[in-house]
Amino acid sequence: MKEFFHMGGYGFYVWLSYGIAAVVLISNIILPVYQRKSMLNKLAKKIKRAEQLK
Amino acid sequence: MMKFIHKTASPPYFYHLSGLWIPWLGMITLLLLMAGLYGGLIYAPTDYQQGESYRIIYIHVPAAWMSLFIYIAMAGAGAIGLIWRIKLAETVAVCSAPIGAGFTLLALVTGSLWGKPMWGAWWVWDARLTAELLLLFLYLGVMSLYVAIPDKRVASRAVALLALVGVVNIPIIHYSVEWWNTLHQGPTVTKFDKPSIDLRMLVPLLIMAVAFKVYYVWSLFLRVRVELLERERNSQWVKELLKQNKESQA
Repeated sequence: MKEFFHMGGYGFYVWLSYGIAAVVLISNIILPVYQRKSMLNKLAKKIKRAEQLK
Repeated sequence: MMKFIHKTASPPYFYHLSGLWIPWLGMITLLLLMAGLYGGLIYAPTDYQQGESYRIIYIHVPAAWMSLFIYIAMAGAGAIGLIWRIKLAETVAVCSAPIGAGFTLLALVTGSLWGKPMWGAWWVWDARLTAELLLLFLYLGVMSLYVAIPDKRVASRAVALLALVGVVNIPIIHYSVEWWNTLHQGPTVTKFDKPSIDLRMLVPLLIMAVAFKVYYVWSLFLRVRVELLERERNSQWVKELLKQNKESQA
C-alpha cells in the first residue's frame, strides 16, 4: 500500500496530476448544476414580481 | 430527416431529453473512470524507461485528445449555427468552450508535472507545448468574446467565426511532433502501424479516453440546459416549466 502511494519516488508528480484532474472534472459538473438551480430561482422570482405588479 | 433534426434541436424538447440522459451519462462516466483508474494505476505494468511516473499518461493523453476533439466539436457546432441558425448548435458551441478549456489546462499542467521529472524542466517552448498553450488562449478568447457581447445571437456568430479561424491550430498540434524535432515524444497510439505500447498499458488508456468523451457529453448537457434557460427565459416553455416546478414544490 505504501509502495502504491510512493509510485517509485514519483508520488508527488503522479498524485498531484490525478488530484488536479479530479478538481477540474468535478468543478465542471458542480458548477452547471449550481448555476441551473440559481437560474431557476431567479426566473421564478421574476415571475412572482410580475404577478404582484398586476 | 430535417423534421427530426428540427424537433430534437428545439430548445424545450432538448431540455426535456437531456434531463432524462444526464443521470445515465453520469453513471457511465463514473463506471468507466473506475475501470480506467484501476487499470492505469494498479493493473498496468511499470514502464522500463520512465518507471511509475508514466502513469500520468492516463490523465495527460486523454485530456490532450479531448482538448482537440472538443475544439473540433465546438467549431463544427459553431459552423452549423452560422449556416442554419439552429439555436441548439449555437448553444452547444458556446457551452463546449469552458469544458475544452478545462481539458486543455489539464493537459498542460499534467504535462508539466510529467516533464519536470523526465525532462528536468516544467516548461519548454517547443512546438507542441506552444501550440497547445495557444489552444488554451483560443478557448479563453471564445469564452470572453461570448460574455462581452450582450446580444447572445450576435455573440454566437462572432464566437463561431473565431472558433473556425482557430481550427488551423488543430493539425499543427497534432503533427507538431512529426514536423519539428521536439522534446515531446512521438505518437505511440495514433499512428497507422501497430501501436508501440504494451497492450496492458493501452487498454486502460483507451478506457480513460472513452470515459472523458462520455464525461464531455454529460458536462455539456448540464451546461446547455443552463444556457437554454437563460436564452429562452421569456418564452412560453420556460414559463410553463417554472409553473410546473412551483406546483410540484407546493
